[in-house]
Amino acid sequence: MIDVGFFLEIVPQLLSGVPLTLKLAGTSILLGFALALLLALAQQGEHRLVVWPIRTFVAVFRGTPLLVQIFLIYYGLGQFRPSLQAIGLWGLFREPYWCAILALTLNTAAYGSEILRGAIRNVPRGLGEAAQALGMTRLLTLRLVILPIALRQAIPAYGNEIILMVKGTSLASIVTLLEVTGIARNLISESYRAIEVFLAAGTIYLFLNFLIVRALAHLEVRMTPYRSRS
Amino acid sequence: MLEKLYLLGFAEGGWGTALLGAAGVTVLLSMLGFLLGAVFGAVGASGGLSSRRLPKTLASVYGTIFRGVPDLLTIYLFYYGGSVALTAIANAFGSGGFVGLPSLATGIIAIGIISGAYQAEVYRGAYLAVEQGQFDAAKALALSRVQMLRLVIIPQLLRHAIPGLSNVWQLVLKDSALISVIGLVELMRQSQIGAGSTREPFLFYIAAAALYFVIAGITGQIFRRAETRTSRGILHL
Repeated sequence: MIDVGFFLEIVPQLLSGVPLTLKLAGTSILLGFALALLLALAQQGEHRLVVWPIRTFVAVFRGTPLLVQIFLIYYGLGQFRPSLQAIGLWGLFREPYWCAILALTLNTAAYGSEILRGAIRNVPRGLGEAAQALGMTRLLTLRLVILPIALRQAIPAYGNEIILMVKGTSLASIVTLLEVTGIARNLISESYRAIEVFLAAGTIYLFLNFLIVRALAHLEVRMTPYRSRS
Repeated sequence: MLEKLYLLGFAEGGWGTALLGAAGVTVLLSMLGFLLGAVFGAVGASGGLSSRRLPKTLASVYGTIFRGVPDLLTIYLFYYGGSVALTAIANAFGSGGFVGLPSLATGIIAIGIISGAYQAEVYRGAYLAVEQGQFDAAKALALSRVQMLRLVIIPQLLRHAIPGLSNVWQLVLKDSALISVIGLVELMRQSQIGAGSTREPFLFYIAAAALYFVIAGITGQIFRRAETRTSRGILHL
């Protein structure tokens, strides 16, 4: 049933989409993490005018499909072309690549900020108090005590989010980008050999996810110097 | 922008009825996909909990593939793969030409397979959360294995499973938007059609986002109710 020759033929074609998949995932994960950290920290102050807009942003981006978000940014904002041109942002919103990056970044920032907020809240209160007793400023406490512990505890949950993002990049194929899933769809509709293409493209994604899981496990050990893993 | 709001209304030239109907299709698709996923999930969980190697391996392969591969890719697999299989069967029975798989059926199967992989993990975790004493007590009462599962274990398992199932449901609801790529006119596709024919994409995608948000909110409330109901008499610290 599975044609090995065809399988070997499509693998290089699918691999040619990997750099774009990685660029989409990498850029949005890094930008999204920075934004998520900012949003999580901003909510520590518990100032209502700060917290309420962030909560709304998070609820909206977690409560609607990523596909709607991409369409809203790519097609929806295209409607405001004259205004975007006036402020010089049209070059950005004209490109499906940047629209996909923006949607993925905002989406992962919404999920990520909840993970980080929970992790920061779960740092035992005594640690912060001890740091203050030592005369550390709030910023120093955050940088040297709270964040290292919170980030380490957030790794497993954030790892899931990173894998969801790698899978999420596949939606960029719907706005014409030819990353791995886009190439796979074209191959399937040309050849009608869905199983071979699915297996080849699926293996690529599983391998990427495997690398991410291993890298994060390594990072978790690195961030836990006093606890050596058995 | 605001003067275009009539496009979303229910009067002549308004798309309100079409959008609400399409939202109904989204709910139907998600519900049936979720229920089919419960069947796959139960099978997957029992495989994962089995002490024999073959079911355990199969369950683990199933979970790894469909949780690790983009859902869009899985949807293409079932759409094109299903059509090819169906055409082959039809040709074997003497009918020539291409037979396409109905997009609603494809969507339900794809969502069922994907959400089943996630539900299997939820059920497996919930089964392991039921205390050992409950199994011992059921055995002491001389209940058969089926009776034990039906009367003692599953009611308690569901209580542990509901928060996880609620997460999977939200995932399913958002995944259902992807079924629009194979042509099923659900909420996402209907708003694309509306956006295309009125040239008001922003308005229609905002409307779609709002409807998804409302559906997610209402159904989330149902899960929260179920959680309170199933944990009656349980002390929460």
